[in-house]
Amino acid sequence: MEPGSPEYEVLLGEFIAEAREILARVDGTLVALERDPADADGLAAVFRDVHTIKGNCGWLGFGRLEALAHACESLLDCVRNGELELTTEIVTSVFATLDALGRSVDGLERTRVEGDEDFSGLIATLDALREGEVPAGAADDDGVVDELPAREGAIRVGVDLLDRLVNQVGELVLVRNQLLQAVAAGDAVTVGISSQRLDVVTGQLQEGIMRTRMQPVGRVWSRFPRLVRDLALECGKQVRLSVEGGDTELDRTLIEAIRGPLTHIVRNAVDHGIEEPEARTAAGKPAEGFVALRAFHEAGQVVLEATDDGKGIDVERVRRRALDRGLIGSEEAAKLADNEVIERVFEPGFSTAEDVSSISGRGVGLDAVRTSIEAIGGSIAVDSRRGRGTRFRIKIPLTLAIIQALIVRSVGLRYAIPQANLVELLRIEAADVERLIEHVHGARVYRLRGRLLPLVYLDELLVPELARTERPARDVNIAVLEAEDRQFGLVVESVHDTQEIVVKPLGRELRGLSCYAGACIMGDGKVALILDVVGVARMARMAPAGAERHAAESPLATPAPADSAAALLVGVGGGRFAMPLESVDRLEELPRASVERAGNRSLIQYRGAILPLLRVDELVRERRKTPREPAYDEPPADEDTIQVVVHRSGERRIGLVVDRIVDIVEGLPEVTHPSTRDGVLGSTVIRGRITELLDLRAAMSSIGAVPSAAEEAEP
Amino acid sequence: MDGSPNIICTFMVGELFLGLEIGHVREILRYQDMTPVPLAPMAVSGLLNLRGEVVTAIDLRRQLGMPATQPDAMPDIVVVDVDPIRVGLLVDRIEDIVEVGDGRFEDPPDTLDPAARRFIRGVYKLEDRLLAALDVHAATDLGAGGADTRERGRGQLHQPSAPSMETRDS
Repeated sequence: MEPGSPEYEVLLGEFIAEAREILARVDGTLVALERDPADADGLAAVFRDVHTIKGNCGWLGFGRLEALAHACESLLDCVRNGELELTTEIVTSVFATLDALGRSVDGLERTRVEGDEDFSGLIATLDALREGEVPAGAADDDGVVDELPAREGAIRVGVDLLDRLVNQVGELVLVRNQLLQAVAAGDAVTVGISSQRLDVVTGQLQEGIMRTRMQPVGRVWSRFPRLVRDLALECGKQVRLSVEGGDTELDRTLIEAIRGPLTHIVRNAVDHGIEEPEARTAAGKPAEGFVALRAFHEAGQVVLEATDDGKGIDVERVRRRALDRGLIGSEEAAKLADNEVIERVFEPGFSTAEDVSSISGRGVGLDAVRTSIEAIGGSIAVDSRRGRGTRFRIKIPLTLAIIQALIVRSVGLRYAIPQANLVELLRIEAADVERLIEHVHGARVYRLRGRLLPLVYLDELLVPELARTERPARDVNIAVLEAEDRQFGLVVESVHDTQEIVVKPLGRELRGLSCYAGACIMGDGKVALILDVVGVARMARMAPAGAERHAAESPLATPAPADSAAALLVGVGGGRFAMPLESVDRLEELPRASVERAGNRSLIQYRGAILPLLRVDELVRERRKTPREPAYDEPPADEDTIQVVVHRSGERRIGLVVDRIVDIVEGLPEVTHPSTRDGVLGSTVIRGRITELLDLRAAMSSIGAVPSAAEEAEP
Repeated sequence: MDGSPNIICTFMVGELFLGLEIGHVREILRYQDMTPVPLAPMAVSGLLNLRGEVVTAIDLRRQLGMPATQPDAMPDIVVVDVDPIRVGLLVDRIEDIVEVGDGRFEDPPDTLDPAARRFIRGVYKLEDRLLAALDVHAATDLGAGGADTRERGRGQLHQPSAPSMETRDS
C-alpha cells in the first residue's frame, strides 16, 4: 500500500483518530493507576491499549513507532505479571512514550508519513526499567504537558443526534416535494401549509446542525489529571484532581477559548495555591491537597468552577501590591472590601516576572485569562479564604443550552424539571395518602426515611384557587427536588419520561416569574415551560398553603419574616418546646428496650454509632416540686418506643427524647420572655400555648460535647 | 408636511380597526396552538413556537380591555419586534396592508373608549373609515394591561391579581 494512495489515506485517517482516542484514554487511566497500583483491570486496560497501538503501527509500516510501542508494551507486561512494581519512574517513562506517540501522530497528520524522530533514548530507558534498573533521569519528564494538541479536522457526533438530523432531512425532502406539486398545481392553500411546514423543518434542521458543534467540556480537562500529576511531582506537592460535570456541553469554539484559561488556573492552584505537604499537615490539613473542577448549567449559562483547598489568596499582600503597582490609590486601598481587593489580581501589570516561574505563568497572567474569557462574552470571578482555599468561577453565556429534564404534567400542561435538581421520584397510592401525608397545620409533609420532606403542590402553586377547593383523593406523584441545599417534594399530576431538551430563554417580559427557568420545544412542536426549582421553592415558602392564607391576610396576624426558618414543636410532660427545624437532623422512633445506661448517661446504638440521649426534662430543670399534669388533649406517650429528635452539631449528635412530636410551624416567632431557667433560651406563644425555645448548645454541653472553636466559627 | 406614505399593516380587534407601521411587524401568521403560562399577567395568552424560537403571545383584546378571545376562536398573530423583545399579538383577523400619507394623521377622537386610549397613538382618516394607529410600545407592555377585565380566558387558568412583573435581578 503506497503512501498517498486512497486506501492509505483512509487507513491513515482511521489510525490517527483511533490513536488519539486511545492516547487520551490511557492518560487518565494511567494517572488513576498510579494512585491505585493494585487495580489489575486498569493495568490490563493500559497494556491492551499500548498493544493495540503497536499493532496498528505495524499494520501501516511505521517501524520506529512500532519499536517504541513494543518497548513500552514489554515493560508493562512485566508489571502486569508481577515481575515489576509500578514505580513512579515506570509511570513517567510510559507517559513519555505516550507523549512521543502523540507528537508522532500529529506529525503524521501533517506530513502523511512517519517522521524521523529518534526514540532510541526513550527505548533504552524503557528497556533498562524492564531489567529492573533505574536509569538516571528516568523520573524526569522532558516537558510538562501544557499544550494539548488541537483536534481539528474531525468531530464526534452522537448517533441519536445524527439519526434525528437524517429524519429531519427526510421531512425536508417531503415538504419540498409537497411544495413543488402545490405550486405547479396552483394550489394556494397547500402552498401556504407547506411553507409553514418548511419553516418548521428548516428551523429544526438548523438547530440540529448547531448542536453538532456542541462538545462536552470534559474534552478540555481530559488531560488535566496528567497535568496535575506532573506538576505536583515537579513542585514536590501532593495533589489530587477531581472533576464533575464533564458532559456539560459547550460550543466548540468556546471550548477552545476556555482551554487556556482553565489550564492556567489549574497550574496556579498546584503551583501557588496548594502548600507543601509539611506545611499542610502543620496547618491541620491532609497532606494531599485537592483541585476540583466542576461544570454545570445555571440560568442559561455554563458555569465552570475551579476550587482548591490551598492557602488562599493573601488579601493584604494583594492590597499592598496593588498599591505598589499604582493600581489603586492609598485611600481606595483602605476602603475596598476584601472581595473587591481580590479582584485586583485580574489587573494587567499585577503579576511580575518574579511570579512567572518555570512552572506556571509563562507570561500569561490572570489578566490574560480574564481577557480571553470576556472575549467570548463570559465573566470570571474569584473567591478566596485565607488558609482555606480559592475558587475561580467562570460563567459563559450559551447560544444553546441542552439539559436532561424530567417531563411531568400538572394542570393539564407539561413541565420540564432539570435532571440536575432531581433527587428521586416517589409515588403514594390514593389509599395511603391519608396516612402518609401529614398535615402539620397548613403545611403538608411526607416522612421520607425519618426526615420530614415539605411538599409543594405544583398545581396549587400555579393555580392558587385550587388550594381552596376540595379535591378527591388520588395517587400522588412526588418528585423530590433539591435547591440551595434544601430538599422538598414537588407533587405533580403525572410523571413522564426524561428527555434531552434545548433551553430557550423566556422573553424579557416574563422574566419576573421566578418559577420558570425558560421554555423548551417538545417533540410535537409545542412549547413546554421549564421549572426553576429554586424559584418554585421560594414561591412556595412565601405563599402560605390553603387555610393559612386567610390567617396571614388578617391585619392582626404578625406575618413571619419571609426567610424565617420553620420550627419543630414537641411536647414533654405537660409542656411545649420548640427548636429550629434546620437543627433537626432526623426524627426517630426507637425501641425503649434498646436504651442502655453507661454511668449516669443514657445511650442508644444508632446507625453504627453511639447516640447519647437526653430527656428534655433532664435538660430543663423543673422548678416545681410536683410534676405538671399532662394537658388533657395530648395523648399519652407510647410505652414501647421513645420519640427522639436527633440534633447534630459538627461531628456530634445528640438524641433529645420527647414525649411527642406535635407540629411544624412556619417561622420561629420572637422570644417574648427571656429565659428563666437552664436549658431554654426563652419562651413565646405559639398557637395559643406557651412554648419554650430549647437551648441546643446547653444540650450539647450537658453531655460533654462542647463545640470546638472551629465549629463555633462555622456559619 | 405630507411626507412619504406610511405602509400600515391593519387588523381587527373587536370593533376597532387597528394598524401598525410595517417597520415594526416582523411577520403575520395564522393561528397556532400556544402553551398557557400560569401566573403570567393576564394579557399573556401563552407561548408560541416560532421556528424554534419561543415567543410570548399577548392577547390584544385583553390589553385593550375587551372581553377575552373565545376559547374556540382562532386569532391571527402579528409578530412584532420592539427592541429588545419580540412578541406575538393576537388579533381577531388580519386585514389588508394600506398606504396612507402623514397628512391624514390626527389625534384620537374623544369617542374612543378610555381603556383603549393609551394604546392608540392617533387615527388615520381613510376614505371610508378611521384607522387607529396602535402604539406598539404600550401594546407590548404587560404592566399596562386592562385591569378590569377578569374574565376567565382559555381553559380554567386564571391569573392572580397581584402584579407579578416586579423586576427581579436574576
